[in-house]
Amino acid sequence: MWRLRWNRIDRADVCGDAMKCQQCDNPAVFHITELEAGNVREVHLCEDHARTYLNQSEGADPEGSSSAEGGSSKGSGLSTPLGVGQTADDLAVLDQRCCDMCGITFFEFRNQGRLGCPHDYIQFEAELEPLIANIHGATEHTGRRPSRQVPIAADEKFGTDGLTAIIGLRRGMKDAISREDYESAKEARDEIRAIEEAWAPPSGGATGQSGGTGEGKA
Amino acid sequence: MRLDTLTNSIGEWLRGTGPESDIVMSSRVRLARNLAQFPFVSRATEQDRADTERMLRERIASVPVGRELDYIDVGHLEEIDRRFLVERQLISREHADAQGARGVAIDRLEQVSLMINEEDHLRIQCMHSGLDLHGAWDQIKVVDDQIEKVVSYAFHPRWGYLTACPTNVGTGIRVSVMLHLPALVITRQIDKVFRSLHKISLAVRGLYGEGSQAMGDFYQISNQTTLGRTEDELVQQVADVVPVLIDYERRAREFLVRETQQNVHDQVSRAYGILRTAQTISNEETMQLLSRVRMGVLLGLIGDVKISDINSLLIRTQPAHLQKLRGVDGESSDDIERARYLRQHFEGGDSSARASAN
Repeated sequence: MWRLRWNRIDRADVCGDAMKCQQCDNPAVFHITELEAGNVREVHLCEDHARTYLNQSEGADPEGSSSAEGGSSKGSGLSTPLGVGQTADDLAVLDQRCCDMCGITFFEFRNQGRLGCPHDYIQFEAELEPLIANIHGATEHTGRRPSRQVPIAADEKFGTDGLTAIIGLRRGMKDAISREDYESAKEARDEIRAIEEAWAPPSGGATGQSGGTGEGKA
Repeated sequence: MRLDTLTNSIGEWLRGTGPESDIVMSSRVRLARNLAQFPFVSRATEQDRADTERMLRERIASVPVGRELDYIDVGHLEEIDRRFLVERQLISREHADAQGARGVAIDRLEQVSLMINEEDHLRIQCMHSGLDLHGAWDQIKVVDDQIEKVVSYAFHPRWGYLTACPTNVGTGIRVSVMLHLPALVITRQIDKVFRSLHKISLAVRGLYGEGSQAMGDFYQISNQTTLGRTEDELVQQVADVVPVLIDYERRAREFLVRETQQNVHDQVSRAYGILRTAQTISNEETMQLLSRVRMGVLLGLIGDVKISDINSLLIRTQPAHLQKLRGVDGESSDDIERARYLRQHFEGGDSSARASAN
């Protein structure tokens, strides 16, 4: 059985779809997607009913029940279960995984419902795929595409990810500076500049454009 | 741009012109876009946000998007001005309440608005009065194409345009119409209609979008999914359902007149009476009553009021607008001021209130 849970995401925020709990009149703030033997089932519950539901299907969750008085469930026992496979260890491992570029963990994404950077779609592709399939009923973009050519990492299958690498380099540069490793910082800066130059919009495409991306001031 | 100059106009969504504008207030298309080289807004540092804001502001200013744009630095606006922009549907509530560097570029007609550092780095919006989804879509394509010449949008060949929330990934498009459906509300058919819309993956929201309550019988219908279909298909999905909803609402209005003429006449007359005489009145009640009066005028039950007047009051009685028009401060006197403004408007006693109705 494959089970995916996307918890504690207020749909009113996410897609404007204010929903009622399936068990009572309170707003549903937990939207749980159960994938079982190829069948998708959605469950929409308020905080209290979600707690009962999750405890039933996960076994007792002392942490979750003890936080019942708390107004916010963030960081409480309720935000824990996202199941891929069955064991708590699997969950812990998945939650710890983080993006090489922006550093967001999968756990943070699940809690906030917002991704950290474009590279997350590549880093967490396997985890996001069933979620996206469930939201959209599709996993392939068929709409418009940017008309500009991709200058480096020219392999079209990477899209703009070559440029997104800057996010990781910028982070690395900051770290290097804080440990006073100026050699590494300089290398990162040069790499950022090289990528920026390769990706700069064509000159003449816009009036008054210097051609630089305006970020080379590191 | 001075925001005060906007108080003299009614804004695009209440202009009340365009096809089917007795029911369809406005048509809107928005695109969510992100720069490839910065973290999404919720993960961005203060510096990232400032860099993103500057880059987008400068690059957008460097290309012709078909309209002259004014840029408003939302990060440095007073709260009342941010609320004012929300009421005019030029920025979202989320954008108004956010932190850090952010702004919005708008054109004088208030049809085009480009929000920088909302949930995504860039949210492009085109809004047209009445039913004109294809017009709004044609316009937004031009804006998107121009900007795309000078920035690198985050894009993945399989997932499409990459967005901070997976609910927008792919096309990043949200196609919506704002409908005025008082008769479906009165005849208690509205829930049934919404349930059937849900079944075909369309979302229903209140006046101010995400999470807002339906006020004054105004509802936004929009596409729920953004991936796996082309933009044209998604525009068409919403466009296809609007005539059906218009038909339902018209039939419900006809039913009301035919079967319950006395009753509905009484209801709209009472609503009109309260608006003209109340001494204190909330925003919600005002919207509700204006909604009923609007229907009454369209059904020919109230003779001496123009639809454009009602549309104008719908925006001018909202808290930030009222405050700007009347210079009122503090919540407590808001309701009293609103009632006074309405009385003066209908009595014709206040030239500033009357002159405004264009």
